[in-house]
Amino acid sequence: MTQAVLSLNNLKAGYGQTEILHDLSLYVNPNEIVAIIGPNGAGKSTAMKSVLGLLNIAEGTVVLNGEDITDTPAQKVIEKGISYVPQTNNVFVNLSVQENLEMGAWTRPDGIPERLAEMFDLFPDLAEKRNQAAGSLSGGQRQMVAMAKALMVDAKILLLDEPTAGLSPKYRGEIFSTIQKIKSTGVPILIVEQNAKQALGVSDRGYVLVDGANRHTGTGAGLAADPEIARMFLGGGH
Amino acid sequence: MEAYLGYFLYLLSLLTVGGIYAIFALGLNVQWGFAGLFNVGIVGFAAVGAYTYALLTTAESTYHVGGFGLPLPVGMLLGMLLSALVAAVIGLICIRLRSDYLAIATIGIAEIIKLILKNEADITNGPRGINKIPRAWEHFSEERFYSSWPLNWFASPESWQAFFDGLPNWWWQPCFAATILLCVYVIYRLLERARVSPWGRMMTAIRENEPAARAAGKNVTARRIEAFVIGAAIMGFAGALFAQHLRLIEPTNTFDATKVTFLVWVMLILGGSGNNRGAILGAFVIWTLWSTSELLIGGGINLIGYVFQSLDTTILTTRAGFLRMMLIGILMQVILQKFPGGILPEVRPASPQVKK
Amino acid sequence: MWDAFGFEFVNFYLIPGLVLGCIYALGAIGITLTFGILRFANFAHGEIMMSGAYLTWTIMAIAGYAGLTLHPLVAMVPATVLVILLFLGTDRYFYKPFRKEETIKVVMASFGMMLIIRSAVQVIWGPNQIAFVPGIAKPNAMLRDLTGDLGAMIIMPNKHIFIFLGTIIIVIALSYLLNKTRIGKAMRAVSDSPDLAHVTGINVDNVIRATWIVGGICAMAAGVFLVMDTQILETTMGFRMLLPMFAAAILGGIGKPYGAVAGGLIIGLAEELSAYPWIGDAPLLSPGYKTGVAFAIMVIMLIVRPQGLFKGRSF
Repeated sequence: MTQAVLSLNNLKAGYGQTEILHDLSLYVNPNEIVAIIGPNGAGKSTAMKSVLGLLNIAEGTVVLNGEDITDTPAQKVIEKGISYVPQTNNVFVNLSVQENLEMGAWTRPDGIPERLAEMFDLFPDLAEKRNQAAGSLSGGQRQMVAMAKALMVDAKILLLDEPTAGLSPKYRGEIFSTIQKIKSTGVPILIVEQNAKQALGVSDRGYVLVDGANRHTGTGAGLAADPEIARMFLGGGH
Repeated sequence: MEAYLGYFLYLLSLLTVGGIYAIFALGLNVQWGFAGLFNVGIVGFAAVGAYTYALLTTAESTYHVGGFGLPLPVGMLLGMLLSALVAAVIGLICIRLRSDYLAIATIGIAEIIKLILKNEADITNGPRGINKIPRAWEHFSEERFYSSWPLNWFASPESWQAFFDGLPNWWWQPCFAATILLCVYVIYRLLERARVSPWGRMMTAIRENEPAARAAGKNVTARRIEAFVIGAAIMGFAGALFAQHLRLIEPTNTFDATKVTFLVWVMLILGGSGNNRGAILGAFVIWTLWSTSELLIGGGINLIGYVFQSLDTTILTTRAGFLRMMLIGILMQVILQKFPGGILPEVRPASPQVKK
Repeated sequence: MWDAFGFEFVNFYLIPGLVLGCIYALGAIGITLTFGILRFANFAHGEIMMSGAYLTWTIMAIAGYAGLTLHPLVAMVPATVLVILLFLGTDRYFYKPFRKEETIKVVMASFGMMLIIRSAVQVIWGPNQIAFVPGIAKPNAMLRDLTGDLGAMIIMPNKHIFIFLGTIIIVIALSYLLNKTRIGKAMRAVSDSPDLAHVTGINVDNVIRATWIVGGICAMAAGVFLVMDTQILETTMGFRMLLPMFAAAILGGIGKPYGAVAGGLIIGLAEELSAYPWIGDAPLLSPGYKTGVAFAIMVIMLIVRPQGLFKGRSF
């Protein structure tokens, strides 16, 4: 059996006194895209923040490549190779595109020019805008900058929090194809999505989160085909 | 007997000044404790209240505008109103912005007020200030008061003069102290009532969770301006009492930001912001500390001067004052970090759902 | 047209205004960086400036006993180290405990620091004025003769030339730091979004330290330039500078160092030029109200455009 890159085991966590995750377990294997879907308030984003040590974990563990990283501060987690793209405010608007990427490489300051070149290969749109302020870009392009910024470190896993929220359908498709491109470079991805159908479409496996605990798990295609899930989230029943 | 009288009068002066500071602290509590508004221009509102009162109630003078010789309560009331007006203007401009801006604006307006008092010498007598400000009770023994209504209604000026000459020269002190304590009590009762009223509960709700209060359709900005204005009116009132207590006011030393604004802040934080009793307690505690430490340090320096005859102790005396200020500053930092609730932490008014 | 009026205007109003503007600008840089990166208005900034000037004077005096005559700009260097330590110490013991709480607590703490530092200076050096550099500053002869030959005589003492050059050098160095170095870019990033900086793995504590160091250097320069100009040390000078510096920072847009520079120059010029007899023979505004000009500009700015001229952050 292969070792999971990242696993969350029976996690109970929340903000201050309020517990949001009651019993969450999931894992991401090498070379996998895993989606977390679920209704609003199910704790999807909270699950991600618990990995980054941004909130109180009451019980359970977070394990990265066999190492227990429960309750490690965010900066250390990132140094260990977990890259995170928040849902909103995910670029430095007053910094140029290139400066954003340089900041992304903060925990790994060597070889920045080479990695910049790699990123501009992966995201050709950004190459020509490298000296523009990130705040002047469109929503979709900002999302690209945010992902490129997250990939500037030697990411062992990439966490994406609702990368398509608020984007037009055209950009959504582009983001999902980029996600597949990133996977092909060998970085596993954990993605939280509201847009369940498309997310499951690109995912190897998926978790359905309800009330802070996993309700269903399965392959991306399997979940997408499950009539109950379709009724719950995919708008099939309407 | 003489010694006991001295102690008694010192106690009265502690109660008098402590009481005035308690009113300042209550005013600040409305702004900070109730509404979370950071006002570091207390001294400005105090100056507005004090100067308004002084100009309106002093006897006519060639040094400054007026005095208009108005009855004391009228002077105090207008002092309050003017202070409230200044607060309303600042509030309208700054309260919608983040709290830091209000802090900068209030510290600025306090400086501007002092600048005007210093520069408009025709109106305020500039840096030389205003003196012979009538003090409640004591003013009755002035000729212009006992020879006019209401005192002349009871007896002739001559018999009043004889009456006041017969009293010990400190006769007014207990009356003045009692009046101030009564003012503290009345303001305290009014504020307590306000605190548990729907208005007060709304203030708490706004402070706790502003977005929720806004979403519930509360006019957050208007409520905050109200709190700011009410607090400033109370400060203006305290400023008028301050002028009565001092009888001579001038812009620089009387209205020194550290001695007014800062002390009041330390008082409120020590006593417990959000708690009206805490504000009063903090004011008396800090003022007693401040005043007695001055006596103690002064005594200590005298002793040093007695032991080392050749030493010039004036330097020590001035520096000791600053050292005291520094210690108060450190005290404030300690309270902020270690005892953020103060001596009497805030007690939330019961929520309306609990009471049927 | 360089008549008597031009001579008077340039030498007695414009140049002093620019000098004052440079001092405000340097002070406002520190305030705007702290406001942008640590997100609070630091009321103790002026007092730290003031204590820096006192430290410089002390170092000069100590060197004087040893028979050395130090120029303020030289004595400033060791004093800067002390001022930076003062900033870092203040942050560590008085501001850092509130980092995760509402910002108003830090503002309160800084308000307390303002008083503590001023009282400490008054305890150590006494409350009275001290002559910083005695004597009248003579105009630079070369500049006077050169411009005199050109028909536009500028009389400017050396101290003013030092202040102009010093400010220009500091601003250039600052812009290099912010745009070309890793820590400088990180400072801009934290100013942009502290939360994102945190989850990007940027060491925010280091960035904050760098902010105090940069702010400390600028505050130090502002303090020493101010006493070089006025030649008097006063314990109230820090507080007197505070309002114009806040006004400059707000005018330029919070978090915008260049905005702070522009704001500082505008405020400095406005203060001096407000006393110019624009209409008739009397000063437009009584010199007693000079300090009110900064406040008036700030209030107008808060009403009309709270985000400042250069679109800083508006809270």
